[in-house]
Amino acid sequence: MLSKKAKSRFFYLILFIFSIALIFFLILKNLEDSVVYFFSPTEINNKPNISLNKKIRLGGLVKEGSVKKQNTSVNFIITDLKNEIIVTYNGLLPNLFSEGKGVVAEGKLNDKKYFIANKILAKHDENYMPPEVKEALEKAN
Amino acid sequence: MLKKIFPNKIISLSNKWIVQLIVLTIIIFIVGLTYAIFISPPDYIQGDSVRIMYVHVPSSFISLGCFAFIGFACIINLIFKIKFMALIAKSLAPVGIVFTIISIVTGSLWGKPTWGVWWAWDARLTSMLILFIFYVAYLLSWKFIDDFQKANKISSIIGIIGLFNLPVIKYSVEWWNTLHQPSSITLTSAPTIHYTMLIPLFIMLLGMIVYSIVIFLMKYKIESMKFKLSKKK
Repeated sequence: MLSKKAKSRFFYLILFIFSIALIFFLILKNLEDSVVYFFSPTEINNKPNISLNKKIRLGGLVKEGSVKKQNTSVNFIITDLKNEIIVTYNGLLPNLFSEGKGVVAEGKLNDKKYFIANKILAKHDENYMPPEVKEALEKAN
Repeated sequence: MLKKIFPNKIISLSNKWIVQLIVLTIIIFIVGLTYAIFISPPDYIQGDSVRIMYVHVPSSFISLGCFAFIGFACIINLIFKIKFMALIAKSLAPVGIVFTIISIVTGSLWGKPTWGVWWAWDARLTSMLILFIFYVAYLLSWKFIDDFQKANKISSIIGIIGLFNLPVIKYSVEWWNTLHQPSSITLTSAPTIHYTMLIPLFIMLLGMIVYSIVIFLMKYKIESMKFKLSKKK
């Protein structure tokens, strides 16, 4: 069915595709630490030698009832339900920042339990629904 | 046989068909946009900025889909040397790149009120930018290489390499921690978008697919004519 020439082209193309796939895989594997946008509290806890003066991003959920505002500064806890890190931040919060919702903080670690943020990003989840449905869901619970 | 028939058929395609498809596109867009802007409810947390999704998600879908077609057309083209595959791929690229730009711009407009930033170097956004660069490289290789055979080979290789970026875009939100949320619509589980928002989303997707087909057919017709003319010389 295939001519001889088409067969050899097919063979070389397969070889080409495999090598490209391998290159993509190796690049992404080696860049793993910079490809992830943020680390969770557990990941930070498990890192053996974490540099304290480097800018990193910490992400997770804002712990319910942990947000304490004082003038322009705010303290809250980022949790991944296993480990927690206290975050302190001075500045404007995004509109979607709220307790129990996803958040990404950019800044530096003071130590493994304390994080000084200079930027807060709200993370949106994949759930979309009208307000009435949300209310009905909450009532049902 | 296929080689001889295909480009001739598209050249003889009557403009009447294209006009009818354009009318269909306009009707679907009017229905879709009315639904998206006036009938569908605001989101419980994002408010009205959820309406950006009705343009953003279909555009992203088409930009990925177009490149998938381009990539596979390039593979077939390189192995079997079927010329019209090159013309098909070449005609799909302009549609794809436009929707990639729309997707990135609308995403940025949504990101500012939601995340608090226009742009973030997370895996989903970055891989989408790489897709845009692949589209540019693909189109430029056709533009700047005069010899058809050479342009065909180089653009095909770009198309095939770019194909590997597509699963990275698709699964970036699952493989790594990203700022971008994971997919709401998956094959394996029920969508996490309420049905009142899902309906306008699908109408808009349908409208954009029909629109893409129209633009593709127009472009493909012109490319086939050009190709025929260049052969006669």
